[in-house]
Amino acid sequence: MTLRQKTLELKRKMQGALQGGGEKAIEKQKATGKMTARERILAVIDSGSFHEYDLFVEHAGKDFDMDKKYLPGDGVVTGTGTINGYPVCIYAQDFTVAGGSLGFMHAKKITKIMDHAMKLKVPLIGINDSGGARIQEGVNSLAGYGEIFFRNTLASGVIPQISVILGPCAGGAVYSPALTDFVFVVDKISKMFITGPEVIKTVLGEDISMEDLGGALVHSEITGNAHFFAESEHECFEQIKKLMSFIPWNNTKKAEPFPIKNPKNKVYKISDIFPTDSKKPYDVRHIIKAICDDSDFFEVQELFAANIIIGFARMNGQSVGFVANQPKVLAGVLDVDSSDKAARFIRFCDAFNIPLITLVDLPGYLPGIDQEHAGVIRHGAKVLYAYSEATVPKITVILRKAYGGGYIAMCSNHLRADFVLAWPTAEIAVMGPEGAANIIFRNEIQNSPNPEEARKKKIEEYKEKFANPYVAAAYGYVDAVIEPLKTREFILHAIEISAQKKEDRPLKKHGIPPF
Amino acid sequence: MKNQRKENNELFSLTILGEDYTTLPTKKYKNRKPYTPVDHKKIYSFIPGTIKEVFVIPGDGIKAGDKMLSLEAMKMDNEIVSVIDGNVKAIYVKPGQMVTKNELLMELD
Repeated sequence: MTLRQKTLELKRKMQGALQGGGEKAIEKQKATGKMTARERILAVIDSGSFHEYDLFVEHAGKDFDMDKKYLPGDGVVTGTGTINGYPVCIYAQDFTVAGGSLGFMHAKKITKIMDHAMKLKVPLIGINDSGGARIQEGVNSLAGYGEIFFRNTLASGVIPQISVILGPCAGGAVYSPALTDFVFVVDKISKMFITGPEVIKTVLGEDISMEDLGGALVHSEITGNAHFFAESEHECFEQIKKLMSFIPWNNTKKAEPFPIKNPKNKVYKISDIFPTDSKKPYDVRHIIKAICDDSDFFEVQELFAANIIIGFARMNGQSVGFVANQPKVLAGVLDVDSSDKAARFIRFCDAFNIPLITLVDLPGYLPGIDQEHAGVIRHGAKVLYAYSEATVPKITVILRKAYGGGYIAMCSNHLRADFVLAWPTAEIAVMGPEGAANIIFRNEIQNSPNPEEARKKKIEEYKEKFANPYVAAAYGYVDAVIEPLKTREFILHAIEISAQKKEDRPLKKHGIPPF
Repeated sequence: MKNQRKENNELFSLTILGEDYTTLPTKKYKNRKPYTPVDHKKIYSFIPGTIKEVFVIPGDGIKAGDKMLSLEAMKMDNEIVSVIDGNVKAIYVKPGQMVTKNELLMELD
């Protein structure tokens, strides 16, 4: 055969494998509003950059007549490419081939590309769309999952790992996304659960739809398993590209710098959006946008635990992570969910050399039996752990209230913030003036001929004396009380002079965070 | 993200350590269930299933640890024992009867 003939033969073979599950299956996939595995990869990575491997891999099933079946690529597409010009390893399960079920070779392809990602030290993106384990391959498919989970764990904190749920992802399969750093879901398309509606119905007699049990919105709003919610696959891919622009390739690098842009000062004017009365709500996102480059704030877990805001932005072109109490929702309290949300984000930023900026405005922890019984003690402890452990530059700005344990937890001087700044509106105290006055002056108020008036007077007295940043500043717990309009300048300077920051922690195998 | 869901104007007052804050609730906060203390005198099914046997009759005196019912669920025989001393006040189920989750099975006094 001539080279031309050999090449034609290769093309024919590729054609066969590239058609995935065939026309009918593809039609079915499209009818549910889903793209095919290859279309998805091409949509998320830079045009022309995708290189596919293991196209000719065949499945290893021998039983149940599986040996007579041909499954193109064994139901998963793997390869490398670039996003915004930076390299990534990527795989996408192909639901049109045997329902994207995970067999021995399917898993081998995934673990191979994972090993590549670890060797090349580049991010890994996994697109999940699978019916689950390939039952016909028995324990080999379980082994496959286990091998994936193990690699997810080893890669954690070394390379960024992103999971995209674009179809069902049920049973054991959910644990790979759960072990990765960011999970993307799409409304009506993503479904994640350990046991499905049918099993729940048989065992417990409880009726629930798939969407209500483990749909995209449930995981974005209730469980917190998902980090980014999109209404279409296209929107989801745009979110992935945007996220990639804020994070580095691996834990030895910093995120690529961007051109410096000033905030849109006219839109986000601190004096217009910030109430000095600490009992009044406002949207802390506006403060973030008043501080960061181009007022471009990329929020993570927007719908989950909305009482704390986390996300990425840039300061003088450098990627930073913001953690901010949100007074608009539940007064910005720390509770089980917001603690979990913040702690995980802090650890991500610390692992990937992204400086942390914390904006503090919280009354403390959420009171309630449900909170206590849900373990707010151990969940709340995660925030303390994550901040204490973090050695990236840590800059804290206390905007208004910083009371009690909440003050300590929100990256205080005591947890080794590098710079604690406070606005003149800051109130750093054990608790709010009313609560404090009622306790400290209980007897005086009770024994007064006019208790109500005495109470008011004592509250005012306490406010005057303690509801300010100057007591903490007098002890050096606050490094500088600053004019709100100078916040950006202070933070920029702090980041600039922290560029070579190096802080050591005691050598250990690993800590034991309150998981 | 396009999901800036409609800003529900449900500002409420949240009291924390004596201070009242004006703020919005989360969905979870609104949906949280009020706490009810456990009442050991009321015996509920903890899982749907079938009552296999009833070991007591109204008026029986029982001690903590005594078997009262057996409930078959998920192919397992679950013995329901009392955690308190008391008397059987009423029994609402018969052997062979199917019960749902959280159904009142019997009462003690």
